[in-house]
Amino acid sequence: MGDIFDIFLLESVLNGLLLGGLLALLSLGLNLIFGVIDVVWICYAELIMVGMYAVYYFHVSFGWPLIFAMLAGILIVAAAGAALHYFVIRPVLTAEPINQLLVTGGVLFFLQAAATLVFGIEFKNLGVTFSPIVIGEISFSMPRLIAFGAALGGMLGMYLFLTRTYIGTAIRAISQDRAIMPLMGVNPNRIFLVTSALGGALAGLGACLLVLQYDIHPAIGLSFGPITFLICVLGGLGNMVGGFAAAFIFAQFISVGGFFFAIEWGYVIAFLFFIGMMFWRPQGIFGAK
Amino acid sequence: MSAAMLKVENVSAGYAGFQALFGVSLEVKAGESVAVIGPNGAGKTTLLRAISKLIGVTGGDIAMEGRSLKAVPAHEVIGYGIAQVPENRRLFPRLTVAENLKMGGFLPSARARHDERLAFVYSLFPRMKERSGQLAGTLSGGEQQMCAIGRALMSGPKLLLLDEPSAGLAPVVVQSIFEMLKRICSEGYTVLIVEQNIRQVLKVVDRAYLLETGRIKQSGAAADLLASDEIRKAYLGI
Repeated sequence: MGDIFDIFLLESVLNGLLLGGLLALLSLGLNLIFGVIDVVWICYAELIMVGMYAVYYFHVSFGWPLIFAMLAGILIVAAAGAALHYFVIRPVLTAEPINQLLVTGGVLFFLQAAATLVFGIEFKNLGVTFSPIVIGEISFSMPRLIAFGAALGGMLGMYLFLTRTYIGTAIRAISQDRAIMPLMGVNPNRIFLVTSALGGALAGLGACLLVLQYDIHPAIGLSFGPITFLICVLGGLGNMVGGFAAAFIFAQFISVGGFFFAIEWGYVIAFLFFIGMMFWRPQGIFGAK
Repeated sequence: MSAAMLKVENVSAGYAGFQALFGVSLEVKAGESVAVIGPNGAGKTTLLRAISKLIGVTGGDIAMEGRSLKAVPAHEVIGYGIAQVPENRRLFPRLTVAENLKMGGFLPSARARHDERLAFVYSLFPRMKERSGQLAGTLSGGEQQMCAIGRALMSGPKLLLLDEPSAGLAPVVVQSIFEMLKRICSEGYTVLIVEQNIRQVLKVVDRAYLLETGRIKQSGAAADLLASDEIRKAYLGI
Protein backbone atom coordinates (compact mmCIF):
# COMPACT_ATOMS: atom_id res chain seq x y z
CA MET A 1 0.00 0.00 0.00
CA GLY A 2 1.48 3.29 -1.06
CA ASP A 3 0.60 6.82 -0.01
CA ILE A 4 -1.66 7.40 -3.01
CA PHE A 5 -3.82 4.42 -2.08
CA ASP A 6 -4.44 5.81 1.40
CA ILE A 7 -5.33 9.23 0.09
CA PHE A 8 -8.00 7.80 -2.18
CA LEU A 9 -9.35 5.63 0.61
CA LEU A 10 -9.50 8.70 2.82
CA GLU A 11 -11.29 10.54 0.05
CA SER A 12 -13.97 7.88 -0.20
CA VAL A 13 -14.39 7.80 3.57
CA LEU A 14 -14.88 11.57 3.55
CA ASN A 15 -17.26 11.38 0.59
CA GLY A 16 -19.16 8.69 2.48
CA LEU A 17 -19.41 11.10 5.38
CA LEU A 18 -20.88 13.77 3.12
CA LEU A 19 -23.33 11.26 1.62
CA GLY A 20 -24.23 10.12 5.15
CA GLY A 21 -25.28 13.63 6.13
CA LEU A 22 -27.63 13.84 3.16
CA LEU A 23 -29.09 10.36 3.74
CA ALA A 24 -29.54 11.20 7.42
CA LEU A 25 -31.62 14.23 6.48
CA LEU A 26 -33.74 12.20 4.05
CA SER A 27 -34.42 9.51 6.64
CA LEU A 28 -35.21 12.05 9.37
CA GLY A 29 -38.46 13.16 7.74
CA LEU A 30 -39.68 9.60 7.21
CA ASN A 31 -38.72 8.67 10.78
CA LEU A 32 -40.49 11.72 12.18
CA ILE A 33 -43.72 10.79 10.42
CA PHE A 34 -43.55 7.15 11.45
CA GLY A 35 -42.46 7.91 15.02
CA VAL A 36 -45.27 10.38 15.61
CA ILE A 37 -48.16 9.31 13.39
CA ASP A 38 -47.29 5.61 13.14
CA VAL A 39 -47.72 5.62 9.38
CA VAL A 40 -45.05 4.98 6.73
CA TRP A 41 -45.08 7.43 3.87
CA ILE A 42 -44.02 5.04 1.10
CA CYS A 43 -44.37 8.00 -1.26
CA TYR A 44 -41.85 10.09 0.71
CA ALA A 45 -39.25 10.15 -2.09
CA GLU A 46 -41.95 11.19 -4.56
CA LEU A 47 -42.54 14.29 -2.42
CA ILE A 48 -38.81 14.95 -2.87
CA MET A 49 -39.29 14.56 -6.62
CA VAL A 50 -42.11 17.12 -6.54
CA GLY A 51 -39.80 19.48 -4.65
CA MET A 52 -37.03 19.05 -7.21
CA TYR A 53 -39.41 19.96 -10.03
CA ALA A 54 -40.65 22.94 -8.03
CA VAL A 55 -37.12 24.28 -7.56
CA TYR A 56 -36.39 23.65 -11.23
CA TYR A 57 -39.44 25.50 -12.52
CA PHE A 58 -39.13 28.44 -10.15
CA HIS A 59 -35.44 28.87 -10.98
CA VAL A 60 -35.16 27.91 -14.65
CA SER A 61 -38.62 28.72 -16.04
CA PHE A 62 -39.65 31.65 -13.82
CA GLY A 63 -36.12 32.98 -13.37
CA TRP A 64 -36.30 33.26 -9.58
CA PRO A 65 -32.95 33.44 -7.80
CA LEU A 66 -31.97 29.91 -6.74
CA ILE A 67 -32.32 30.55 -3.00
CA PHE A 68 -35.90 31.83 -3.39
CA ALA A 69 -36.75 28.96 -5.71
CA MET A 70 -35.50 26.61 -3.01
CA LEU A 71 -37.51 28.30 -0.25
CA ALA A 72 -40.60 28.08 -2.45
CA GLY A 73 -39.83 24.40 -3.09
CA ILE A 74 -39.61 23.70 0.65
CA LEU A 75 -42.90 25.48 1.28
CA ILE A 76 -44.64 23.61 -1.53
CA VAL A 77 -43.50 20.19 -0.27
CA ALA A 78 -44.43 21.17 3.30
CA ALA A 79 -47.92 22.01 2.04
CA ALA A 80 -47.97 18.74 0.10
CA GLY A 81 -47.07 16.86 3.29
CA ALA A 82 -49.92 18.52 5.18
CA ALA A 83 -52.31 17.81 2.31
CA LEU A 84 -51.18 14.19 2.18
CA HIS A 85 -52.04 13.83 5.84
CA TYR A 86 -55.34 15.65 5.64
CA PHE A 87 -56.73 13.97 2.53
CA VAL A 88 -55.05 10.55 2.51
CA ILE A 89 -53.73 9.55 5.94
CA ARG A 90 -56.44 10.95 8.20
CA PRO A 91 -59.25 8.83 6.76
CA VAL A 92 -57.16 5.64 7.28
CA LEU A 93 -55.55 6.60 10.58
CA THR A 94 -57.26 3.79 12.47
CA ALA A 95 -57.19 1.31 9.58
CA GLU A 96 -54.93 -1.73 9.32
CA PRO A 97 -51.23 -0.88 8.73
CA ILE A 98 -51.29 -2.76 5.42
CA ASN A 99 -54.07 -0.47 4.17
CA GLN A 100 -52.11 2.60 5.20
CA LEU A 101 -49.09 1.24 3.37
CA LEU A 102 -51.13 0.53 0.25
CA VAL A 103 -52.76 3.94 0.18
CA THR A 104 -49.41 5.79 0.40
CA GLY A 105 -48.10 3.32 -2.19
CA GLY A 106 -50.96 4.44 -4.38
CA VAL A 107 -49.90 8.06 -3.90
CA LEU A 108 -46.38 7.06 -5.00
CA PHE A 109 -47.61 5.78 -8.36
CA PHE A 110 -50.06 8.66 -8.69
CA LEU A 111 -47.30 11.23 -8.22
CA GLN A 112 -44.97 9.40 -10.61
CA ALA A 113 -47.62 9.12 -13.28
CA ALA A 114 -48.77 12.70 -12.78
CA ALA A 115 -45.17 13.96 -13.02
CA THR A 116 -44.67 12.03 -16.25
CA LEU A 117 -47.84 13.53 -17.65
CA VAL A 118 -47.18 17.10 -16.55
CA PHE A 119 -43.39 17.40 -16.73
CA GLY A 120 -42.54 14.80 -19.39
CA ILE A 121 -39.98 12.04 -19.20
CA GLU A 122 -36.92 13.99 -20.33
CA PHE A 123 -34.21 14.65 -17.75
CA LYS A 124 -34.02 18.21 -16.50
CA ASN A 125 -31.30 19.93 -14.55
CA LEU A 126 -30.70 23.33 -13.05
CA GLY A 127 -27.67 23.94 -15.25
CA VAL A 128 -25.78 25.24 -12.24
CA THR A 129 -22.16 24.10 -12.07
CA PHE A 130 -19.70 24.37 -9.25
CA SER A 131 -15.97 23.81 -9.40
CA PRO A 132 -14.70 21.18 -7.01
CA ILE A 133 -12.85 22.19 -3.88
CA VAL A 134 -9.39 20.71 -3.68
CA ILE A 135 -7.66 20.31 -0.36
CA GLY A 136 -4.22 18.77 -0.73
CA GLU A 137 -4.74 15.81 -3.03
CA ILE A 138 -8.38 15.32 -2.14
CA SER A 139 -11.12 16.97 -4.12
CA PHE A 140 -14.66 17.53 -2.87
CA SER A 141 -17.70 18.27 -4.94
CA MET A 142 -19.19 21.59 -3.93
CA PRO A 143 -22.85 20.45 -4.08
CA ARG A 144 -21.99 17.59 -1.74
CA LEU A 145 -20.36 19.93 0.73
CA ILE A 146 -23.37 22.25 0.57
CA ALA A 147 -25.71 19.27 0.96
CA PHE A 148 -23.78 18.04 3.97
CA GLY A 149 -23.74 21.45 5.66
CA ALA A 150 -27.40 22.18 4.95
CA ALA A 151 -28.44 18.67 6.03
CA LEU A 152 -26.63 19.06 9.35
CA GLY A 153 -28.16 22.53 9.73
CA GLY A 154 -31.63 21.17 8.97
CA MET A 155 -31.24 18.36 11.46
CA LEU A 156 -29.94 20.71 14.16
CA GLY A 157 -32.89 23.01 13.52
CA MET A 158 -35.28 20.08 13.83
CA TYR A 159 -33.60 18.96 17.05
CA LEU A 160 -33.93 22.43 18.56
CA PHE A 161 -37.56 22.66 17.46
CA LEU A 162 -38.45 19.29 18.95
CA THR A 163 -36.69 19.98 22.26
CA ARG A 164 -37.21 23.70 22.85
CA THR A 165 -40.73 24.57 21.71
CA TYR A 166 -44.14 23.65 23.07
CA ILE A 167 -45.31 22.24 19.73
CA GLY A 168 -42.06 20.26 19.36
CA THR A 169 -42.39 18.80 22.85
CA ALA A 170 -46.01 17.94 22.09
CA ILE A 171 -44.85 16.15 18.91
CA ARG A 172 -42.53 13.96 21.01
CA ALA A 173 -45.20 13.49 23.67
CA ILE A 174 -47.91 12.40 21.25
CA SER A 175 -45.66 9.62 19.94
CA GLN A 176 -45.53 8.24 23.51
CA ASP A 177 -49.20 8.53 24.51
CA ARG A 178 -51.66 9.68 21.90
CA ALA A 179 -54.82 9.09 23.93
CA ILE A 180 -54.18 11.51 26.80
CA MET A 181 -53.02 14.48 24.71
CA PRO A 182 -56.46 16.16 24.95
CA LEU A 183 -56.01 16.30 28.75
CA MET A 184 -53.01 18.58 28.09
CA GLY A 185 -55.18 20.83 25.92
CA VAL A 186 -53.51 19.48 22.79
CA ASN A 187 -55.57 18.75 19.69
CA PRO A 188 -53.92 15.61 18.27
CA ASN A 189 -55.18 16.31 14.76
CA ARG A 190 -53.44 19.66 14.74
CA ILE A 191 -50.16 18.13 15.95
CA PHE A 192 -50.36 15.48 13.22
CA LEU A 193 -50.91 18.17 10.62
CA VAL A 194 -47.93 20.20 11.87
CA THR A 195 -45.78 17.04 11.96
CA SER A 196 -46.76 16.19 8.39
CA ALA A 197 -45.89 19.69 7.23
CA LEU A 198 -42.51 19.36 8.98
CA GLY A 199 -41.90 15.97 7.37
CA GLY A 200 -42.77 17.60 4.04
CA ALA A 201 -40.42 20.51 4.73
CA LEU A 202 -37.59 18.05 5.39
CA ALA A 203 -38.36 16.30 2.10
CA GLY A 204 -38.36 19.75 0.48
CA LEU A 205 -34.96 20.57 1.94
CA GLY A 206 -33.73 17.18 0.70
CA ALA A 207 -35.06 18.09 -2.75
CA CYS A 208 -33.11 21.36 -2.76
CA LEU A 209 -29.89 19.50 -1.97
CA LEU A 210 -30.45 16.65 -4.43
CA VAL A 211 -31.36 18.97 -7.27
CA LEU A 212 -27.84 20.43 -7.07
CA GLN A 213 -26.34 16.99 -7.76
CA TYR A 214 -28.81 15.02 -9.84
CA ASP A 215 -30.93 15.36 -12.95
CA ILE A 216 -34.68 15.43 -12.36
CA HIS A 217 -37.03 12.88 -13.90
CA PRO A 218 -40.37 11.42 -12.81
CA ALA A 219 -38.81 8.19 -11.47
CA ILE A 220 -36.02 9.86 -9.49
CA GLY A 221 -37.85 8.94 -6.27
CA LEU A 222 -36.98 5.31 -6.87
CA SER A 223 -33.28 6.18 -6.53
CA PHE A 224 -33.76 7.49 -2.98
CA GLY A 225 -37.02 6.05 -1.66
CA PRO A 226 -35.90 2.46 -1.00
CA ILE A 227 -32.56 3.46 0.51
CA THR A 228 -34.22 6.05 2.77
CA PHE A 229 -36.71 3.46 3.95
CA LEU A 230 -34.00 0.84 4.55
CA ILE A 231 -31.96 3.31 6.59
CA CYS A 232 -34.98 4.04 8.77
CA VAL A 233 -35.55 0.30 9.29
CA LEU A 234 -31.86 -0.27 10.00
CA GLY A 235 -31.88 2.43 12.66
CA GLY A 236 -35.17 1.23 14.13
CA LEU A 237 -38.24 2.66 12.37
CA GLY A 238 -39.29 5.87 14.12
CA ASN A 239 -36.01 6.16 16.02
CA MET A 240 -34.48 9.43 14.82
CA VAL A 241 -31.10 8.93 16.53
CA GLY A 242 -30.90 5.39 15.15
CA GLY A 243 -31.72 6.63 11.65
CA PHE A 244 -28.99 9.25 11.93
CA ALA A 245 -26.36 6.63 12.81
CA ALA A 246 -27.66 4.13 10.23
CA ALA A 247 -27.39 6.74 7.48
CA PHE A 248 -23.68 7.22 8.12
CA ILE A 249 -23.06 3.47 8.34
CA PHE A 250 -24.94 2.85 5.10
CA ALA A 251 -23.12 5.69 3.36
CA GLN A 252 -19.73 4.24 4.30
CA PHE A 253 -20.70 0.85 2.85
CA ILE A 254 -21.70 2.55 -0.39
CA SER A 255 -18.70 4.85 -0.59
CA VAL A 256 -15.87 2.66 0.71
CA GLY A 257 -17.42 -0.49 -0.84
CA GLY A 258 -17.54 1.41 -4.11
CA PHE A 259 -13.90 2.36 -3.68
CA PHE A 260 -12.66 -1.22 -3.24
CA PHE A 261 -14.84 -2.66 -5.99
CA ALA A 262 -17.03 -0.64 -8.32
CA ILE A 263 -19.62 1.95 -7.35
CA GLU A 264 -22.51 -0.45 -8.10
CA TRP A 265 -20.88 -2.97 -5.80
CA GLY A 266 -21.04 -0.42 -3.01
CA TYR A 267 -24.83 -0.61 -3.14
CA VAL A 268 -24.80 -4.39 -3.37
CA ILE A 269 -22.64 -4.61 -0.24
CA ALA A 270 -24.77 -2.06 1.60
CA PHE A 271 -27.97 -3.98 0.83
CA LEU A 272 -26.36 -7.31 1.77
CA PHE A 273 -25.39 -5.72 5.07
CA PHE A 274 -28.98 -4.61 5.49
CA ILE A 275 -30.35 -8.10 4.86
CA GLY A 276 -27.84 -9.58 7.31
CA MET A 277 -28.82 -7.03 9.93
CA MET A 278 -32.49 -7.92 9.46
CA PHE A 279 -31.67 -11.46 10.56
CA TRP A 280 -29.48 -10.34 13.41
CA ARG A 281 -31.34 -7.28 14.71
CA PRO A 282 -34.73 -7.02 12.98
CA GLN A 283 -35.79 -4.26 15.37
CA GLY A 284 -32.95 -2.05 14.07
CA ILE A 285 -29.60 -1.10 15.53
CA PHE A 286 -31.11 1.16 18.17
CA GLY A 287 -34.64 -0.21 18.14
CA ALA A 288 -36.19 -1.69 21.25
CA LYS A 289 -37.33 -5.30 21.01
CA MET B 1 -74.73 28.89 49.85
CA SER B 2 -72.47 28.96 46.84
CA ALA B 3 -73.46 27.65 43.43
CA ALA B 4 -71.92 24.45 42.17
CA MET B 5 -68.66 24.78 40.26
CA LEU B 6 -69.13 21.46 38.50
CA LYS B 7 -72.61 20.16 37.89
CA VAL B 8 -73.12 16.67 36.48
CA GLU B 9 -76.80 16.21 35.69
CA ASN B 10 -78.39 12.90 34.86
CA VAL B 11 -75.39 11.81 32.78
CA SER B 12 -75.37 8.57 30.82
CA ALA B 13 -72.27 7.39 29.04
CA GLY B 14 -70.50 4.27 27.88
CA TYR B 15 -68.50 2.55 25.22
CA ALA B 16 -69.57 0.85 22.00
CA GLY B 17 -72.32 -1.59 22.95
CA PHE B 18 -71.82 -1.13 26.68
CA GLN B 19 -73.40 1.49 28.92
CA ALA B 20 -71.36 2.32 32.03
CA LEU B 21 -73.21 5.29 33.57
CA PHE B 22 -76.99 5.50 34.07
CA GLY B 23 -78.26 8.99 34.89
CA VAL B 24 -75.52 10.04 37.28
CA SER B 25 -75.92 13.40 39.02
CA LEU B 26 -73.46 15.07 41.34
CA GLU B 27 -72.00 18.48 42.04
CA VAL B 28 -68.81 19.98 43.38
CA LYS B 29 -68.76 23.42 44.97
CA ALA B 30 -65.81 25.79 44.82
CA GLY B 31 -63.20 24.94 47.44
CA GLU B 32 -64.70 21.54 48.18
CA SER B 33 -63.02 18.17 47.95
CA VAL B 34 -65.36 15.44 46.84
CA ALA B 35 -64.76 11.73 46.33
CA VAL B 36 -66.58 9.22 44.17
CA ILE B 37 -66.10 5.84 45.78
CA GLY B 38 -67.21 2.43 44.69
CA PRO B 39 -66.05 -1.01 43.65
CA ASN B 40 -64.06 -1.91 40.59
CA GLY B 41 -66.12 -1.54 37.43
CA ALA B 42 -68.69 0.80 39.00
CA GLY B 43 -68.05 3.42 36.30
CA LYS B 44 -65.84 5.78 38.32
CA THR B 45 -63.18 6.17 35.63
CA THR B 46 -65.88 6.46 32.97
CA LEU B 47 -67.37 9.35 34.94
CA LEU B 48 -64.08 11.29 34.93
CA ARG B 49 -63.53 10.45 31.27
CA ALA B 50 -66.99 11.81 30.52
CA ILE B 51 -66.29 15.05 32.41
CA SER B 52 -63.06 15.50 30.43
CA LYS B 53 -64.97 14.63 27.24
CA LEU B 54 -62.58 11.79 26.44
CA ILE B 55 -65.72 9.77 25.81
CA GLY B 56 -69.05 11.01 24.52
CA VAL B 57 -71.98 11.68 26.82
CA THR B 58 -75.14 10.01 25.54
CA GLY B 59 -77.56 11.66 27.92
CA GLY B 60 -77.74 14.48 30.46
CA ASP B 61 -75.35 17.40 30.72
CA ILE B 62 -72.14 18.48 32.40
CA ALA B 63 -71.60 22.15 33.22
CA MET B 64 -68.58 23.97 34.56
CA GLU B 65 -69.35 27.28 36.27
CA GLY B 66 -72.72 27.34 34.53
CA ARG B 67 -71.30 26.71 31.04
CA SER B 68 -72.33 23.46 29.39
CA LEU B 69 -69.54 21.21 28.13
CA LYS B 70 -71.91 19.47 25.72
CA ALA B 71 -70.40 20.82 22.49
CA VAL B 72 -66.85 21.24 23.82
CA PRO B 73 -64.16 18.97 22.29
CA ALA B 74 -61.86 17.12 24.72
CA HIS B 75 -58.81 19.31 24.14
CA GLU B 76 -60.76 22.46 25.04
CA VAL B 77 -62.09 21.21 28.39
CA ILE B 78 -58.85 22.18 30.14
CA GLY B 79 -59.52 25.76 29.01
CA TYR B 80 -62.60 25.71 31.28
CA GLY B 81 -60.28 25.12 34.25
CA ILE B 82 -60.65 21.35 34.50
CA ALA B 83 -57.44 19.34 34.69
CA GLN B 84 -57.31 15.58 35.08
CA VAL B 85 -54.67 13.29 36.57
CA PRO B 86 -55.52 10.14 34.64
CA GLU B 87 -55.61 6.57 35.87
CA ASN B 88 -52.12 5.00 36.04
CA ARG B 89 -50.62 8.51 35.85
CA ARG B 90 -49.90 8.26 32.12
CA LEU B 91 -46.72 10.33 32.16
CA PHE B 92 -44.73 10.62 28.95
CA PRO B 93 -42.02 8.11 29.89
CA ARG B 94 -39.33 9.36 27.51
CA LEU B 95 -39.80 13.04 28.32
CA THR B 96 -38.04 14.52 31.33
CA VAL B 97 -39.92 15.53 34.46
CA ALA B 98 -39.57 19.19 33.44
CA GLU B 99 -40.91 18.42 29.94
CA ASN B 100 -43.87 16.51 31.37
CA LEU B 101 -44.68 19.52 33.53
CA LYS B 102 -44.29 21.77 30.51
CA MET B 103 -46.87 19.72 28.60
CA GLY B 104 -49.34 20.27 31.44
CA GLY B 105 -49.05 23.99 30.77
CA PHE B 106 -49.46 23.68 27.00
CA LEU B 107 -52.38 26.10 26.71
CA PRO B 108 -51.21 29.50 25.43
CA SER B 109 -52.76 31.17 28.50
CA ALA B 110 -50.74 28.83 30.74
CA ARG B 111 -47.44 29.32 28.90
CA ALA B 112 -47.16 32.91 30.05
CA ARG B 113 -47.24 31.74 33.67
CA HIS B 114 -45.00 28.68 33.22
CA ASP B 115 -42.12 29.82 35.47
CA GLU B 116 -44.37 30.91 38.30
CA ARG B 117 -46.37 27.68 38.30
CA LEU B 118 -43.28 25.54 37.94
CA ALA B 119 -41.88 27.22 41.06
CA PHE B 120 -45.15 26.42 42.85
CA VAL B 121 -45.09 22.75 41.80
CA TYR B 122 -41.46 22.49 42.90
CA SER B 123 -42.31 24.05 46.25
CA LEU B 124 -45.14 21.53 46.66
CA PHE B 125 -42.95 18.60 45.54
CA PRO B 126 -39.27 19.47 46.10
CA ARG B 127 -38.42 15.97 44.83
CA MET B 128 -39.61 17.01 41.38
CA LYS B 129 -37.07 19.80 41.30
CA GLU B 130 -34.28 17.33 42.11
CA ARG B 131 -35.51 15.01 39.36
CA SER B 132 -36.36 17.70 36.80
CA GLY B 133 -33.88 16.44 34.20
CA GLN B 134 -34.67 12.77 34.68
CA LEU B 135 -36.86 10.78 32.27
CA ALA B 136 -40.31 10.33 33.80
CA GLY B 137 -40.26 6.61 33.00
CA THR B 138 -37.40 6.14 35.46
CA LEU B 139 -39.24 7.66 38.44
CA SER B 140 -40.60 5.51 41.28
CA GLY B 141 -44.36 5.05 41.50
CA GLY B 142 -44.82 7.71 44.15
CA GLU B 143 -42.65 10.18 42.28
CA GLN B 144 -44.61 9.51 39.11
CA GLN B 145 -47.81 10.39 40.95
CA MET B 146 -46.25 13.66 42.14
CA CYS B 147 -45.20 14.42 38.58
CA ALA B 148 -48.67 13.60 37.23
CA ILE B 149 -50.35 15.86 39.81
CA GLY B 150 -47.77 18.58 39.15
CA ARG B 151 -48.43 18.29 35.42
CA ALA B 152 -52.16 18.84 36.00
CA LEU B 153 -51.46 21.83 38.27
CA MET B 154 -49.36 23.50 35.54
CA SER B 155 -52.53 24.54 33.71
CA GLY B 156 -53.66 26.47 36.79
CA PRO B 157 -56.92 24.52 37.10
CA LYS B 158 -59.93 25.54 39.14
CA LEU B 159 -60.99 21.92 39.42
CA LEU B 160 -58.63 18.97 39.73
CA LEU B 161 -59.88 15.52 38.74
CA LEU B 162 -57.91 12.62 40.19
CA ASP B 163 -58.44 9.08 38.91
CA GLU B 164 -57.36 6.38 41.38
CA PRO B 165 -54.18 8.11 42.55
CA SER B 166 -53.32 5.23 44.89
CA ALA B 167 -53.82 2.42 42.36
CA GLY B 168 -50.86 0.18 41.66
CA LEU B 169 -48.66 1.67 44.36
CA ALA B 170 -46.99 -0.05 47.29
CA PRO B 171 -48.85 0.33 50.63
CA VAL B 172 -46.14 2.59 52.07
CA VAL B 173 -46.38 4.84 49.04
CA VAL B 174 -50.19 4.90 49.21
CA GLN B 175 -49.89 6.47 52.65
CA SER B 176 -47.71 9.27 51.29
CA ILE B 177 -50.06 9.80 48.34
CA PHE B 178 -52.93 10.53 50.74
CA GLU B 179 -50.70 12.89 52.72
CA MET B 180 -50.04 14.62 49.40
CA LEU B 181 -53.77 14.83 48.64
CA LYS B 182 -54.43 16.42 52.02
CA ARG B 183 -51.94 19.12 51.14
CA ILE B 184 -53.49 19.68 47.72
CA CYS B 185 -56.93 20.09 49.32
CA SER B 186 -55.56 22.44 51.97
CA GLU B 187 -54.00 24.56 49.20
CA GLY B 188 -57.57 25.52 48.34
CA TYR B 189 -57.93 23.47 45.17
CA THR B 190 -61.36 22.15 44.31
CA VAL B 191 -60.91 18.42 43.92
CA LEU B 192 -62.99 15.57 42.57
CA ILE B 193 -61.29 12.28 43.31
CA VAL B 194 -62.20 8.77 42.32
CA GLU B 195 -60.89 6.01 44.59
CA GLN B 196 -61.21 2.37 45.47
CA ASN B 197 -59.26 2.91 48.66
CA ILE B 198 -62.42 4.01 50.43
CA ARG B 199 -61.24 4.16 54.02
CA GLN B 200 -58.26 6.38 53.19
CA VAL B 201 -60.01 8.73 50.80
CA LEU B 202 -62.94 9.36 53.14
CA LYS B 203 -60.48 10.68 55.71
CA VAL B 204 -59.22 13.28 53.23
CA VAL B 205 -62.32 14.66 51.47
CA ASP B 206 -65.33 16.71 52.64
CA ARG B 207 -68.09 14.81 50.87
CA ALA B 208 -68.47 11.63 48.87
CA TYR B 209 -70.76 9.80 46.48
CA LEU B 210 -71.04 6.03 46.35
CA LEU B 211 -71.21 4.77 42.77
CA GLU B 212 -72.34 1.20 42.08
CA THR B 213 -72.95 -0.33 38.65
CA GLY B 214 -73.20 3.09 37.05
CA ARG B 215 -75.65 4.64 39.51
CA ILE B 216 -75.21 6.88 42.56
CA LYS B 217 -76.33 4.80 45.54
CA GLN B 218 -75.56 7.07 48.45
CA SER B 219 -74.02 10.45 49.16
CA GLY B 220 -73.18 12.65 52.09
CA ALA B 221 -70.46 14.04 54.31
CA ALA B 222 -67.34 11.87 54.29
CA ALA B 223 -67.50 11.32 58.04
CA ASP B 224 -71.13 10.14 57.81
CA LEU B 225 -70.34 7.70 55.02
CA LEU B 226 -67.39 6.38 56.95
CA ALA B 227 -69.75 5.71 59.85
CA SER B 228 -72.63 4.28 57.77
CA ASP B 229 -73.37 0.63 58.34
CA GLU B 230 -73.84 -0.16 54.67
CA ILE B 231 -70.44 1.14 53.65
CA ARG B 232 -68.73 -0.34 56.67
CA LYS B 233 -70.13 -3.78 55.87
CA ALA B 234 -69.76 -3.74 52.11
CA TYR B 235 -66.46 -1.94 51.68
CA LEU B 236 -64.54 -1.69 54.89
CA GLY B 237 -65.13 -5.23 56.08
CA ILE B 238 -66.09 -4.21 59.58
